Amino acid sequence: MRAGENRVWLLHIAVVLVILALHFVLPPYHHGILARVMVLAILAMGYNFAFGYTGLLSLGHALFFGAGMYAMGLGITGLGLSPGIAVLFAIVCSVLVSAIIGSLALRTAGVSLMIVTLMFAQAGWYLILYFGEITRGDEGFVIPQAQRLVAGIDLADSNNRYLIALILFAIVLFTTLKLVRSSFGKALVAIRENEERAKMLGYNVFAYKLGAIIVSGTISGLAGAAYGLLFGYVGATFASVQYSILPLLWVLLGGASTILGPFVGTLFMTYLIDISSEFTEAYLLVAGVILVLLTLFARQGIVGEVKKRFAPWLP
Amino acid sequence: MLVLDKINAGYGSAQILRDVSLEAKPGEILCLFGRNGAGKTTIMKAIMGLVRTTAGVITLGGQNISRLRADQIPKCGIGYIPQGRRLFSELTVEENIEAGLLVSNGGQVVKQRVLDMFPPLKSRLDQQAGTLSGGEQQMLATARALAIEPKVLLLDEPTEGLQPSMIEQIRNVVVQMRDEGVAVILVEQRVDAVLSIANRVTFIENGYSRETLNASVLNSDKSLLDKYVGV
Repeated sequence: MRAGENRVWLLHIAVVLVILALHFVLPPYHHGILARVMVLAILAMGYNFAFGYTGLLSLGHALFFGAGMYAMGLGITGLGLSPGIAVLFAIVCSVLVSAIIGSLALRTAGVSLMIVTLMFAQAGWYLILYFGEITRGDEGFVIPQAQRLVAGIDLADSNNRYLIALILFAIVLFTTLKLVRSSFGKALVAIRENEERAKMLGYNVFAYKLGAIIVSGTISGLAGAAYGLLFGYVGATFASVQYSILPLLWVLLGGASTILGPFVGTLFMTYLIDISSEFTEAYLLVAGVILVLLTLFARQGIVGEVKKRFAPWLP
Repeated sequence: MLVLDKINAGYGSAQILRDVSLEAKPGEILCLFGRNGAGKTTIMKAIMGLVRTTAGVITLGGQNISRLRADQIPKCGIGYIPQGRRLFSELTVEENIEAGLLVSNGGQVVKQRVLDMFPPLKSRLDQQAGTLSGGEQQMLATARALAIEPKVLLLDEPTEGLQPSMIEQIRNVVVQMRDEGVAVILVEQRVDAVLSIANRVTFIENGYSRETLNASVLNSDKSLLDKYVGV
């Protein structure tokens, strides 16, 4: 392993250790926020895999997030699965949904892809509302605390929730890091940079893009399952268009095509709203102004600018 | 080895190539020569499957490759270095070369062999391709195409905009590939370059392939060049 390679892995291990240390330093109020940030950062990392590394602009990731969440939730409350098996069931469902949506949506590209994925996600949201007898429609449903025990660990406990969220976050962080540094990840970047040239080198561009959508959708589905399980609620809001736009925003803020960007973007956005709402009721205006400034002066996103100016070795 | 037999091709309803026929043989450099817009680059793209042929047949070693997808053509052993280099600018030098290894499955041996042809790239393996000089980018584009270990190599104006020392280096590699038995098709505008390394020259005019002549004939009678490109 080269020195540069060691540096990359050490940095990401250090980030995980810092988040672990924060659990023992920060007051309990922040445990809930950070657990939420970590799970939503998983969604953003999934989104980044398709958008940042492969150049696929999707507005349909709420469908994958919702598919994972509902598969897990209905698996527990409807099919009587244990939480661990329900998460595995959610992952399998996310693979299937993303494979089907990907194979249809990837017949388009660019703006058309964005619209087609948005339409699929909206159709998914309407299906949740339409089959309200099963999904409890707009109201959603709660997963009882008694059904949120994994190997005797109570996920309703804020300490457990923080640590489980961190474990999942770390697994996805290192998996995506490994993937983007593999020949598969490099091929995706090559396709994003120059699709025609990639074809000329023998890459089956459609197959690679479909692979990227499946990985991206599965990670997003895992985030949905984790969110529902850790916070005990499954609702149609999480399958609405808002949850397609938010990961795009987090990724752009943090830095598309960077491993840490989605986490930094989610963290920044969450605390920006949390802190500004303490001072004014017009907190969305404050958040909006700061986002506009960031967009103007840090076009590559926070981590993207750091990468551009100081650390080009950042993955 | 690579034969184009009465190829028609174009973009949408605009037909560019008409009854184009030519043959690239192993251990030989065939140069396509003609004015801008004559259809030379379209011929390259038609061979690579990037422009659909509407008539005629392209065969490689007797196998019809006219209907293969663009990503299947390199797997048959055809390497293409397009005009303007087109590197993956965010990937490093090493990653760009490795992108070409997908087809050959040659691994470290092929990578090392390719790097030996372009020593300046060896010290820049971790550098982003987009930050290389123009000449180095051309070296890398050539190295990446050679990484697929092609039986046929297509080069579209590989020395355009390069300084003389770089031109010489690229030229030497092309000659080396020919001497190793690779069939080379070269699009080149510079008459001196054509006459110094080509074995045969096919003239392209208004989308048609006109006569094919040995370079030695052209060397002794340059008036033939005037006929097609007015040099």
